[in-house]
Amino acid sequence: MELKVQSPGGCASSGCGSSGDRLAYLPEAIRAKVNNHPCFSEDAHHHYARMHVAVAPACNIQCHYCNRKYDCSNESRPGVVSELLTPDQAVKKVLAVAANIPQMTVLGIAGPGDPLANPERTLETFRQLSEKAPDIKLCVSTNGLALPSVVEELCKHNIEHVTITINCVDPDVGAKIYPWIFWNNRRIKGRRAAEILIEQQQKGLEMLVARGVLVKVNSVLIPGVNEEHLKEVSRVVKAKGAFLHNVMPLIAEAEHGTFYGLMGQRGPTSEELQTLQDACAGDMAMMRHCRQCRADAVGMLGEDRGHEFTLDKIEQMDIDYAAAMTRRAEVHATIEANRAAQRQHSGETFVSLASLKRGLPRKPEPRPVLMAVATTGGGVINQHFGHAREFLVYEASSQDVRFIGARKVDLYCSGGDSCGEAETKLQKTIRALAGCEVVLCAKIGYEPWGQLEAAGIAPNGEHAMEPIEEAIAAVYRELEESGRLEPSVAEPRRLSA
Amino acid sequence: MAFKIIEGCVNCWACEPLCPSQAIALAASHFLIDARKCTECEGEFAEPQCASICPVEGVILDGLGVPVNPPGSLTGIPPERLAAAMAEIQAR
Repeated sequence: MELKVQSPGGCASSGCGSSGDRLAYLPEAIRAKVNNHPCFSEDAHHHYARMHVAVAPACNIQCHYCNRKYDCSNESRPGVVSELLTPDQAVKKVLAVAANIPQMTVLGIAGPGDPLANPERTLETFRQLSEKAPDIKLCVSTNGLALPSVVEELCKHNIEHVTITINCVDPDVGAKIYPWIFWNNRRIKGRRAAEILIEQQQKGLEMLVARGVLVKVNSVLIPGVNEEHLKEVSRVVKAKGAFLHNVMPLIAEAEHGTFYGLMGQRGPTSEELQTLQDACAGDMAMMRHCRQCRADAVGMLGEDRGHEFTLDKIEQMDIDYAAAMTRRAEVHATIEANRAAQRQHSGETFVSLASLKRGLPRKPEPRPVLMAVATTGGGVINQHFGHAREFLVYEASSQDVRFIGARKVDLYCSGGDSCGEAETKLQKTIRALAGCEVVLCAKIGYEPWGQLEAAGIAPNGEHAMEPIEEAIAAVYRELEESGRLEPSVAEPRRLSA
Repeated sequence: MAFKIIEGCVNCWACEPLCPSQAIALAASHFLIDARKCTECEGEFAEPQCASICPVEGVILDGLGVPVNPPGSLTGIPPERLAAAMAEIQAR
């Protein structure tokens, strides 16, 4: 399968393509598959939610960034879960979440170990769900070692999306990431282990593509180990027909107890991450909205409502799934109507921004500006500054508005009496917004307003409930008209998130 | 002779489905091997299955009480090279 990919620079903006629809370049059948998948479509992640069920504890390889002691409720990173579920418990949980969060369209199995190293538990969950909840997309995430042996079985259960974590295509690089694998009932170490793993990953990728399954490739950027090499990984997996490449920053803290964490391996800076994402974007579509969620996350990307659906709570719930399905279909129709309206609207106002430039006398390009947005989803600016746990960062230029990434911040306002620490937490938020010149939110308090301004970030609450990219384009236009975007450097350059 | 899982087991479940004798079960503290059932995989596999997939060094002992996966065997870095390896990694 040969996918048409955007020209260099990739496409994460509504400014490329004829309308506000960034999926416009995809064949219709594929658009339909990703249209409501928050992890495969950046636009969909504003509107739809996902969940993971932790049915797969065992793992067949060791990665240096992973600690197999995964039971923790306070950490948010891949491979961590609070309670392990049996397939029956998982099915019950999925139906409960689907009934209560109708925007939830995708059920993924992503651990806490490797789903395909636990084939019975994983496949049994899929088998039951494809029967009981036919309106939910099923997907799976794997290290790829056991993938070739289960591809047929996955296709039987109608799995249309698979994520493979591929950190290397060179066993010498792999030997620095994977100390061992368990293969054919033996532990294999060193370079040979990486060689087998890579072979199986690539074979699995080819088999899935041949069967029309959409494959996302996740890569962990490990400074000094694979940052240059990931460009090669991107080229190889794209050539084989992978749909999307998601380069994620290494998470390595000593307190996580991982090999890298304990040894003092550093993670990448946001600048290093973006530079690499941009370099890979010439080769294929890049995912930049990944939140590296837990193996039992529930809700919109960037939020986790797992605590609302613990085993004891779902035991109390009585779910009429037929009724839930009807309601879900209604909610999805409303979401799609809103998206269509947004697309049409932003298409009209937005394209004119670039077209206005044509025919005008040449003058220096105004410089690009980073803007942060507080949103709870829906593709609109609808969150109070003080309630935002993360901000979406966009880069506005005279050409387009492109999504750069999400930045997590510590929640500084819980609406309670924790005001003693509020100031330091606000400072943390401001640090997280470094490089941004504007922050758009639904509302903002007097105190943070002043501090943001003092930090050179203009708070803006004038575009509450407006579509994100349209509002950013409008603010950018205002800045330009007021003469604040004169190029300060000779060459306008892409800023980092 | 039988293998033994000791404190330090992180309850990752990897060994349990592999045991050809169904000798491994989750207990209050961590997974435990039933010594009456364990055959050390003799006649079944060339290598003991639980110890070949266990991700934690030192938590599975053989019949003589010796760790099957001694320090450094799973990270690939022997203890005497640890400081040098750490310096190398921190220079990245």
